[in-house]
Amino acid sequence: MINFALDVGTTAAPESYLFYVLAPLSIVAAVGMLLVKKAVHSALLLAWVMVTLAIFYIAQEALFLGIVQIVVYTGAVMMLFLFILMLVGVDTSDSLVENIKGLRIVAIIAAVGFGGLLVTLISRATFGRPVVGLSQVNAAGNARGIAEQLFTRYVFAFEVISSLLITAAVGAMVLAHSQRTKSQFVQRDLSVARFRKGELKDAAGLPSSGVYALHNAVDVPALLPTGNPAPTSISAVLEARGDMIDSSKFELKKEIEEDK
Amino acid sequence: MSNAELIGQDPGWVIALKGVLIFAVCVFLTIMSVWGERRIVARMQQRSGPNRVGKFGLLQALVDGVKLALKEDLIPKAADRVVFVIAPIISTTACFMAFAVIPLTGQVNFFGHTTVMQMTDLSVGVLYVLAIASVGVYGIVLAGWSSGSTYPLLGGLRSSAQVISYEVAMGLSLVAVFIYAGSMSTSEIVAAQDRLWFAVLLFPSFIIYAISMVGETNRAPFDLAEAEGELVGGFHTEYSSLKFALFFLSEYVNILAVSALATTLFLGGYKALPGLGFTEQWLGGWFTLVWFFVKVLGFFFVFVWLRGTLPRLRYDQFMKFGWKVLIPISLAWILFVATLRVMFQQGAPQLVVGVFVFSIAIIFIGINTLLDRKKVDVAKALRENKSSDPDFPVPVIPNSRTEQING
Repeated sequence: MINFALDVGTTAAPESYLFYVLAPLSIVAAVGMLLVKKAVHSALLLAWVMVTLAIFYIAQEALFLGIVQIVVYTGAVMMLFLFILMLVGVDTSDSLVENIKGLRIVAIIAAVGFGGLLVTLISRATFGRPVVGLSQVNAAGNARGIAEQLFTRYVFAFEVISSLLITAAVGAMVLAHSQRTKSQFVQRDLSVARFRKGELKDAAGLPSSGVYALHNAVDVPALLPTGNPAPTSISAVLEARGDMIDSSKFELKKEIEEDK
Repeated sequence: MSNAELIGQDPGWVIALKGVLIFAVCVFLTIMSVWGERRIVARMQQRSGPNRVGKFGLLQALVDGVKLALKEDLIPKAADRVVFVIAPIISTTACFMAFAVIPLTGQVNFFGHTTVMQMTDLSVGVLYVLAIASVGVYGIVLAGWSSGSTYPLLGGLRSSAQVISYEVAMGLSLVAVFIYAGSMSTSEIVAAQDRLWFAVLLFPSFIIYAISMVGETNRAPFDLAEAEGELVGGFHTEYSSLKFALFFLSEYVNILAVSALATTLFLGGYKALPGLGFTEQWLGGWFTLVWFFVKVLGFFFVFVWLRGTLPRLRYDQFMKFGWKVLIPISLAWILFVATLRVMFQQGAPQLVVGVFVFSIAIIFIGINTLLDRKKVDVAKALRENKSSDPDFPVPVIPNSRTEQING
C-alpha cells in the first residue's frame, strides 16, 4: 500500500498539496450546492463534495473508509437522489406552502441548534499537536481496524441503527405498495378477449389511422375499400373533441378525373 | 518482496510510464476488439464482416474512429450544456481508472527497474474497482438527463438501474473470493490462487460474477438500455462526434475492465495455465502479460458469443432475475462458504464438516424437487384446462393443394 501520509502527525508534502488543491474545490462545491438553481446541479456538487471527502479519508490512512464512502454515499445514496430528481422532473419548483403547522419554526430552531453544535465543535479544534495512535489503530490494516471496532465495541449501536434503517425501508415499501385486487390485464388477455367476445373481423386488431401516403396522422380516419372512412381507426376521444380531420379530402377522386 | 512493496519503490517516471502504457493498451485493444467483434459476429451469422480497409479489414475500426471524430459535434438546444459535456468525460475516466489496481504481469525488468505491471496495490483493491464503477454510472445517468429528451432519459434510467442492481450481485459474488483469499488486494488474490483457481473452487461465485458482469456493462443479452427498437440509442441518442466516441470507448474499456477483474479474481490473473508454470519465466517474466491478455480476450470472446447467440431479455424479467435469483443465491452461497471456511479454520472434525455438507446437499435437493413437482403440477393443470381454450381461426395447413388465382 502506498503511504500517502508519510510521517504520521506531520503533514507530508504530497498530502499538503492534495489538501490545498482539493479543500478549496470542496468548499466551493459545498457553497455552490446551496446556491445553484437546478436541483440536479446541486446533487452533482454534493456528490463531488462526497468524493473529495473520500479522498481526504484516503490521504489520512483510512483507505477502507474512503472507498466505502464512495461506494455507499456517492454510488448508492446520491444516485438514489439523482434518480428521484430526474423522475420528478426538471421544471418542477419547490412548493412554499406549509403543509405541517409550525414546520418553519421547528426547522429554524433545528438549523440554529445544529449550526451552534458545529461551531462549538470546530472551534475546539487545536493546531500543531502531534497525532497519536494512528499507527496502532491501523496496525492490522484499516479494514480490520474498523471491523474490530464495529463488531466488538459498537456492535449494539450498529445493530440498532441497521434494524432502524431496515424498519424504515420496509415501512416505506408497505406504504408505497398497493395490493392489486384483480390480476393485470395483459397483452395475452386482450388477445384472448378479442377472439372470445368480439367479432372475428376485429380479431387482428383495429385498423390503423391515416390515409396512406397523403395524410398519415392519428387524427384522420383510414379509408375502407368502399371509400368510406373507417370509424374504428381513430380514437373516439378525438372525434368527440372535434379534433378529427375529414378523410374525404384526401381521396384520389379529383386527380383521377383530371387525368381523364 | 510483495507487490505493494515493489510498487512503493517505483520512481515517478515509472509510475507515469505505466499509466501511459495502460491507457495506450486499452485504447489499442478497444480498436482491435471492435474489429474482432464485428468479424466474429459476422462469422457467426455467415457473413464475412469488414474486410476492405487493410489486411482482413484490420484498419476498419481505426478508419471508423477517424470518421467519428470528423463528424459535426451537436449539442441539442434543450440540453444542459455543462452536464452534457461532463457526462462522457466521467464515464471514460472512470472505466480507465479501474485498470490501476489490476496486476498485468509478475515481477519484470521495466527499463532496468524491477517492478510489476500494476499502477498501485491497494489493500482494498477490488472494492476500489467497485467504487470506480459506481462513479462511472454517473456518466450514464447524467448523459440521459442532460440530453433534454425522452429516449435518452428513459435509457439512462434503465441503464443505471440495471448497473446498480447488478453491482449488488457482483459485489456479493466477490465476498466468497475475499473469504477464501483472506484479502481484498488484487495481487494477494492472484497469489492465493497459486494451487487452484477460484473459478474451480468457488464455481457458483464465478458463474454469478460472469452473469452480472454482462449486466453491469449493458451488453447483449442485457442491452436493454440501448434497445434500438424501443429507445433509439438509449442514453447516448443525442450524442455525436467525439463525445459519442468517448461513450463508445468507455463501453469497450469497461468490458475489458470487468474481464480483467474476472481474470484476476477467478482465473489466476497473470499466472500461466496449470502445468505450464515454466512459461512464467520466459522473456524475463514479460510472458505473463501474454497469459493475462489471453484470458481477458477469452472473456471478450464470450461477450461477443453471447451477443451473437442470445435475444434481448424483457426489462421486468431481467430485473426479476437480478434481484430474485442472483442475489438470494449469492447470499445462500456466501453463508455456506463462510460456514465451511470457519469450520476448517477452527479445525472441526471431518465428520462434522461431512454432515454439514451432506445436510446442505439434502436441503438443496429437497427444494429442487419441490420446485420441479410444482412445475409438473402447473403443466398438468394447463393440460387439463385445454378444452376451455377458445377455438382460434387457425391458418390453413399448407399441405393442401393451393388454387392458382392468377391463371
